[in-house]
Amino acid sequence: MSGNHQHHDHAHTEPPSEVALRVKALESLLIEKGLVDPAALDELIETYEHKVGPHHGARVVARAWSDPSFKDWLLRDATAAIASLGYAGRQGEHLRVVENTPAVHNLVVCTLCSCYPWPVLGLPPVWYKSPPYRSRAVADPRGVLAEFGTKLPDDVEIRVWDSTSEVRFMVLPERPPGTERWSEAELAKLVTRNAMIGVEKAKSPGDGAPAR
Amino acid sequence: MNGGHDLGGMHGLGPIEPEADEPVFHHAWEKRVFALTLATGALGRWSIDMGRHARERQHPADYLRHTYYENWLAGLEKLVVERGLVSADELAAGKASSPADDAMRARVLQAADVARVMAKGGSFEVAIDAPPRFAVGDRVRAINRHPSGHTREPRYVRGRIGVVHEHYGAHVLPDRSAAGQREGRHLYSVRFEAGELWGEPAVPASAVYADLWEDYLEPAG
Repeated sequence: MSGNHQHHDHAHTEPPSEVALRVKALESLLIEKGLVDPAALDELIETYEHKVGPHHGARVVARAWSDPSFKDWLLRDATAAIASLGYAGRQGEHLRVVENTPAVHNLVVCTLCSCYPWPVLGLPPVWYKSPPYRSRAVADPRGVLAEFGTKLPDDVEIRVWDSTSEVRFMVLPERPPGTERWSEAELAKLVTRNAMIGVEKAKSPGDGAPAR
Repeated sequence: MNGGHDLGGMHGLGPIEPEADEPVFHHAWEKRVFALTLATGALGRWSIDMGRHARERQHPADYLRHTYYENWLAGLEKLVVERGLVSADELAAGKASSPADDAMRARVLQAADVARVMAKGGSFEVAIDAPPRFAVGDRVRAINRHPSGHTREPRYVRGRIGVVHEHYGAHVLPDRSAAGQREGRHLYSVRFEAGELWGEPAVPASAVYADLWEDYLEPAG
């Protein structure tokens, strides 16, 4: 089954698609009924397109790498520890952070829909919401990790967290070697969205600035 | 329901194809569907589980063929009619025959309230009197059940034995929430070994943790 990928480029001169027209009609109707405020729609989009995102989670991870007592708190009560940095709310009401170690690697999925910890990671990427990842993360996690270029020794235990309730999971990646004297701000630049989902490891010094 | 959304373990869906430097949205209409879904959700006419169930109630071929936000749109078009925000005729015509009533208009999410409402969220914990039936370390079997309505017990765990990893307390039961009832049930994180789920030879050294409500579980001895 193909067609789950939304990243086709469309020239701006193309006429609106059938689906774009349906959305426009629904929005106009709801505004006319007085059921939605168009300015609130714009504010919702602005919030999740530009304000909330994986830079929040990266700051949480960098703090945990730098402060052992914060890390203990994060692993014991992630919701409270993360709220102390100002991140809370919708799709993050009940948070758990799972720690990667040399012996254990964690991977997060939602096989039934697209559950994802919005306050720390923002909205999920298309691949996380799409059937290929959702079908295979639970049954073939090593194959999935290999598709992201992540190879783990056979004796590393993989724990897959299927987000079937309103509990949301974030991975605490391993701190890369060679970063002992790094500041939290520098460390945060090594923490990618994919590392906090668990499909990749954190960047290492010398990998260059992460793309996201 | 055993719908097209319940994907764990399905084969043949192709490579994952992550997109480099992916934007949050790919089309302007996706932004509007996202925002319309959140804004209408704030009116309080449906729960998150009703929202999920509305997206699931499509022909499985449609669910799988549609892009993510097309599924959101399909769900929202159902909900606004089923939950009485607009009539089917109004949706078909794209034209209001009458304004919404004052009580509903009083609940409209205002731009100035977006940040506060989103940062507040809404807890799914519910205080209940019943003690938890299971404790951390208990062996449990996910009951082999196939409800035609909404459930969050994925097919791939049904009939399988796992071990309780954590008791979260009582959370809203999705099966009832999708039918409009807010009822709390004890919720557990259950660890299933890969070999138990997928047979032997299993993926070396791996396990799946699923969050399962007490109604989905029975003692496994």
